[in-house]
Amino acid sequence: MAQMNMIQALNSAMDVMLERDPNMLIFGEDVGYFGGVFRCTEGLQEKYGEQRVFDTPISEGGIVATAIGMGVNGLRPVVEIQFSDYIYPAFDQVVSELARLRYRSAGQYWAPVTIRTPCGGGIHGGQTHSQSPEAIFAHVSGIKTVMPSNPYDAKGLLISAIEDDDPVVFFEPKRLYNGPFDGDTDKVAGGWNRHEKGEVPTGYYTIPIGQAAIVQAGSALSILGYGTMVHVAVAAARRAGVDAEVIDVRSMMPLDIDTIAVSVKKTGRCVIVHEATRTCGYGAELSAQVQEECFWHLEAPIQRVCGWDTPYPHAQEWAYFPGQERVIAAMHEVLAVSG
Amino acid sequence: MATRLHIPAPPSRPGERPDYSNIQLPKAGELARPEPLIDAAEIRELPFSMIRVLDEGHQAIGPWNPGLDTGILKEGLRHMLLTRLFDDRMLKAQRQGLLTFYVKSTGEEAVSVAQCLALRPDDMLFPTYRQQALLITRGIKPVDMMCQCLSNSRDNLEGRQLPVLYSWKEVNFFSISGNVGTQFPQAVGWAMAASYKGENSIAASWVGEGSSAESDFHSALTFGSVYRAPVILNIVNNQWAISTSQNIAGGEQNPFAAKAIGYGIPGLRVDGNDFLAAYAATRWAAERARQGGGPTLIELYTYRAAAHSTSDDPSRYRPEDEWECWPLGDPIERLKGHLISMQAWSEAEHQELEKELAQHVIDSWQEALSYGTMSDGPQAPTAAMFEQVFKELPPHLIKQREQAGL
Repeated sequence: MAQMNMIQALNSAMDVMLERDPNMLIFGEDVGYFGGVFRCTEGLQEKYGEQRVFDTPISEGGIVATAIGMGVNGLRPVVEIQFSDYIYPAFDQVVSELARLRYRSAGQYWAPVTIRTPCGGGIHGGQTHSQSPEAIFAHVSGIKTVMPSNPYDAKGLLISAIEDDDPVVFFEPKRLYNGPFDGDTDKVAGGWNRHEKGEVPTGYYTIPIGQAAIVQAGSALSILGYGTMVHVAVAAARRAGVDAEVIDVRSMMPLDIDTIAVSVKKTGRCVIVHEATRTCGYGAELSAQVQEECFWHLEAPIQRVCGWDTPYPHAQEWAYFPGQERVIAAMHEVLAVSG
Repeated sequence: MATRLHIPAPPSRPGERPDYSNIQLPKAGELARPEPLIDAAEIRELPFSMIRVLDEGHQAIGPWNPGLDTGILKEGLRHMLLTRLFDDRMLKAQRQGLLTFYVKSTGEEAVSVAQCLALRPDDMLFPTYRQQALLITRGIKPVDMMCQCLSNSRDNLEGRQLPVLYSWKEVNFFSISGNVGTQFPQAVGWAMAASYKGENSIAASWVGEGSSAESDFHSALTFGSVYRAPVILNIVNNQWAISTSQNIAGGEQNPFAAKAIGYGIPGLRVDGNDFLAAYAATRWAAERARQGGGPTLIELYTYRAAAHSTSDDPSRYRPEDEWECWPLGDPIERLKGHLISMQAWSEAEHQELEKELAQHVIDSWQEALSYGTMSDGPQAPTAAMFEQVFKELPPHLIKQREQAGL
């Protein structure tokens, strides 16, 4: 075990897999010699050579397209899209090609590509460095979509993603790279060294894709979230003195609805939180599935706490970010309804 | 002074005489053939001319003459003829309501057949949807292709794809998307992987001149050039992208092959209806790629004689007799003329071959029908609809399959 922040944990996952699988290679913008703008691939080119870890032109479509061709030819590419806000030039290659190849060729061809991409706000990145487009990808049949909330999960999930023979879009909540963030901007930011999930095995281990995690057990209500919002939810519940069960969804596709349903059936109340915009956000899917599975157990309408349906603003970042106050208000809302 | 928005026009419209005065054709045999590993900077004039081997009298002349023996020429003729007859039968089947859709390749058969024969069987093909001749050349039986078009019980894609969006891994033929141009940079990735693994096979991909306007085209040429990928990138310039002429895709300003110059790779412009020229250019590019020289961009200059697809009516946007007036002729007639001029072939033999292949198509069609049709079945099992979205069926799809009653 070692103390790792999320960057180090992701780096360690790629290190482990480069060591284990000679057909795995990494490429993307600035990921080679420089080690990535967030340093996630630091030292990997030096260790494994530039044939296996290399820089690409600024062409997200080209990055994903060439990864598909490589995957078809027996390699296992892990590509980085520098910000998920930049992923849209690759959208056609992801949606029409990567996601559909196995299906449309009746299993003749597939491409085991992992797309790593930092997402989420809280870093004063404005509308082009803060988006959370996970629902857009979870909507596409044929790709898996995951987002870890801590270093331990990040490493285990990334190794699973790399080993998966299906394509995975791996979202990295960039505000969590260096430490947990609970939405309290007045607090001095702490690192992962004071968090139990900052203890990470140095070797190989996996966390299966498609399994949610119960972050804390509780009986008053269930909060469903992922990424940065997991930490916001935990802090909000503590501050409000609510005995909330907090579930880290971790995998949007496939979704572990069973773990969620058990929790909501137990508590009868549900708050869904995410940073992404509200309308047609992933919370809409969660809400729909919860009512399908748990309707007769629900004591109150499900509440969603999300980013507003606006582009991610720059100066107004904290008015946009669904922070603790809004989560607390939503908890009070669902608790106010008597069952 | 105000500017005026320029909307490029085609050479002629319905009711007008076909006008090809804009096409400047060099004489066959005129162009020099550089060594395949030449510095691309030294051959920047090549894309502005045109590689042609067959002259007006059907003689093969000049340094680009690949010097093929009559065996391979006859094989090429056979594949082209079979493709044309196959296309004619499938069009009829679509008109009879047995196929939902079809795309003919009439007039462009030399592109796929000659290029395929110039490659090795282990070279990977990333084609467009107008390249059924690649499959025929690589030995896929017409009956098996017909079963795909019919979406019947023998459809190797289990009913998932439109007719002609084939995929045939056993002959290194990549799955056709239907979205145009996407395969171009994928072919580059495939070729990069071949280099990474230290293998000697190369990739070849094709787009139409229309889809050369897609950003994927730029990605492909950029990545191909940057990483010196062993790949041949082909533009089939058949003059028409559904209803828009090559001028709308940028053909008015420069030949499409000249785009290679900006990427520092060779660009070859080839008479695409000249079997020998298409073969020779491909062999040159393959030799260059295999020796580490990186990609070549080849523009194959041809004409789409048929409609874009069975959903299209070209009489609404171009003169009906444009194809008859096409200055580069019919690729089948030209290869046939060449073989006859070599005294290796005769009209009688040609008629005999045509008869044999026509019967082959009829027999194949009868056999294909015996495996079912999309309207009357049998087809692939309906439950196959849920398979292979992922490698293993995830819980939500198991549930949905149950909901579908399957």
